[in-house]
Amino acid sequence: MEFWSVVTTIIPSAVAYTMPILMGALGGLYSERSGVTNLCIEGLMLFGCFASAATIVKLQAIPGFSYSLAIVLGIVVAMASSALLSLLHAFASINLKSNQVISGTAINMLSTAVTLFLAQTITGSGNITIVRGIIRSDVPVLSHIPLLGPLFFSRTYWTTWICLVLWGLSWFLLYRTSFGLRLRACGEHPSAVASAGVNVHRMRYIGVIASGLLSGLGGACILVTYAGEYNAGSGINGLGFLAIAALIFGQWKPLGILGSTFFFGLCMTIANMGKVFSVFQNIPAGYLGMFPYVATLVALILSSRKSAAPLASGEPF
Amino acid sequence: MRKNLRTLEARKASPFLVSISAVFLGIIAGSVFILLIGKNPFVGFEKILFGALSSSRRIGNTLGMSTQLVLIGLSVAFAFKTGLFNIGASGQMLMGGITGSIVAYYLPMDMPRVLYLPILVITAGLAGALWGFISGFLKAKFNVHEVVSTIMLNWIAYWIVYDFIPRFIIDPTISVKSKPIPLEHTLRAEWLRSLTGFSTLNYGFFLAVIMTVVVWFILTKTTLGFSLKAVGSNRFCAEYAGIKVSSSIMISMAVAGALSGLAGATYYCGYSEIMEMGKMPNEGFDGIAVALLGNCSPVGVFFAAVFFGILKMGKGSLAATGIPTEIADTIIATVIYFTATNVILANFWNERFRKSFSRKEEAVLAAMKANGDTRSPGELSQDEFRKLSREGRKEVK
Repeated sequence: MEFWSVVTTIIPSAVAYTMPILMGALGGLYSERSGVTNLCIEGLMLFGCFASAATIVKLQAIPGFSYSLAIVLGIVVAMASSALLSLLHAFASINLKSNQVISGTAINMLSTAVTLFLAQTITGSGNITIVRGIIRSDVPVLSHIPLLGPLFFSRTYWTTWICLVLWGLSWFLLYRTSFGLRLRACGEHPSAVASAGVNVHRMRYIGVIASGLLSGLGGACILVTYAGEYNAGSGINGLGFLAIAALIFGQWKPLGILGSTFFFGLCMTIANMGKVFSVFQNIPAGYLGMFPYVATLVALILSSRKSAAPLASGEPF
Repeated sequence: MRKNLRTLEARKASPFLVSISAVFLGIIAGSVFILLIGKNPFVGFEKILFGALSSSRRIGNTLGMSTQLVLIGLSVAFAFKTGLFNIGASGQMLMGGITGSIVAYYLPMDMPRVLYLPILVITAGLAGALWGFISGFLKAKFNVHEVVSTIMLNWIAYWIVYDFIPRFIIDPTISVKSKPIPLEHTLRAEWLRSLTGFSTLNYGFFLAVIMTVVVWFILTKTTLGFSLKAVGSNRFCAEYAGIKVSSSIMISMAVAGALSGLAGATYYCGYSEIMEMGKMPNEGFDGIAVALLGNCSPVGVFFAAVFFGILKMGKGSLAATGIPTEIADTIIATVIYFTATNVILANFWNERFRKSFSRKEEAVLAAMKANGDTRSPGELSQDEFRKLSREGRKEVK
């Protein structure tokens, strides 16, 4: 019976951990499918996390201002500011045709430095703690389903459902509309798309900005769900890079990344909560911490050989 | 004749000019940030220079800080020459550092330093090389992108250090740090310390200088360097020419890892004498900045590292002015963004050179007309061209 209680504790947390990674990976999917390698998911998510923290703290400090409205506004600001930052990457890699890997790394460094700089000027310590995040709630009706109810529909965050809806919409947009076909074609064979009269540069801008919006949402999710604090020292602990790994592991397909991000979310949960359960108590903390990253490497080894990467990803047009 | 032709076209922007422009723009961006929070940028930069260079002790500290930046910059640059992007320098550095620290802890204290120091440096380098090799192996055999694998290996190294410190070298009084390495077992030297007022400057700096020369030698004077660069510029062409691409990738990553491992030894057994649990060194990412700014040439890397060393050491003196010390990192990041988008800078300078050249050309034509010279301008030598353009400038006016 202890096993069941472990599962009912781990799975809901794993779902919460999955959503930021899923949003990062989905953002990467838009960008890479349009033909722009995007290594700055980490920086974009970090920027989103910081922007939402700063906004929510300022708004929640206003007496009488609704906490929930502050959270909503914080998420919107996070998405907008990450999208702005992603424009830098878009400009460098689309208009200037510079090395996209370097540009992405520069954005990561820029994001780390600028958020630290701003956080220091805002709070002094560099850590921003919000008064409260999203309160978990049960989904009506569905949470009473036996087995599935306690695992997936009890004590959920509402952002989880938004993320899942966005994931579904993205699948529809990319695979069931002519816009999606064009976007994907830009990542495979841009000259063919261009000769059909599509503006490749515009499509790629849309791809990169979408990755900024989604990564910003992912970063904000980290803050308003399980973290509750923007920590200048640890940032988001490489979740953005994990999202890129999930994108590769998921073979650049929406269903694939849903599976791979849930796998990583599960690994992260086990690593973070391991000490709570007697099952894992004998494993040293170092091994538990290492687990998600080793699992990622193994997953990459298994999946990278027959890579389905978009052909023109990383190629300037 | 060839010499003539070469001089008679507009100058092209050199990598050096582009790098200097990027630095300039980075400093401007930093100034804008300082202005935004209502402080005086000149005071800020004066403090940075003061903090980094105003005494022999401060200069020693700056060079001590630059040591690992040189080595990591070389590591990133070396991998870059083979077309690989090594962002795993932090992890390789941690592996080198933990190996060096364990060696320093367990080797007998009465061992002669001539014997001890090479063992320390070589084991640390080997540990880093192993860590780099893993990424190279995964890239060559399983097509795992080195960027993702090195990042995963960074975190794995982070947790290994987290596990090894309490297991092997814990300081019982502070349980999150390793026991300080005794002075005789660090890379510090008495004469360097007394020369620079007990700064962090240590033998590692000479190691960095030596490695700069070694990397330059490998890349420009050996067959190995040539084949690595060939793989970097076009792997299919290199393969066709009979160069083994997958072993080149593995060698390149292993050498890059070894250089970062050495950086770990100089950092944790020279610059500092302890390792902390749960701390990812920033130097790995700064090293990328160093390599890019130095245009991946060993000498360029060396000077770029010293420049960043000045920024990073000098930022400590900013505290009194109320400017957050992160401004230094902001400047570094901006410099890298401008280096990445060097097309803009190169175009800017090329355009200027082209304009000034066509102005000169006009002047030369005017001067030749005035002198009654019937030769075509292509036949002029460099000196004649210069002289005539000076004369012609008056004619045009």
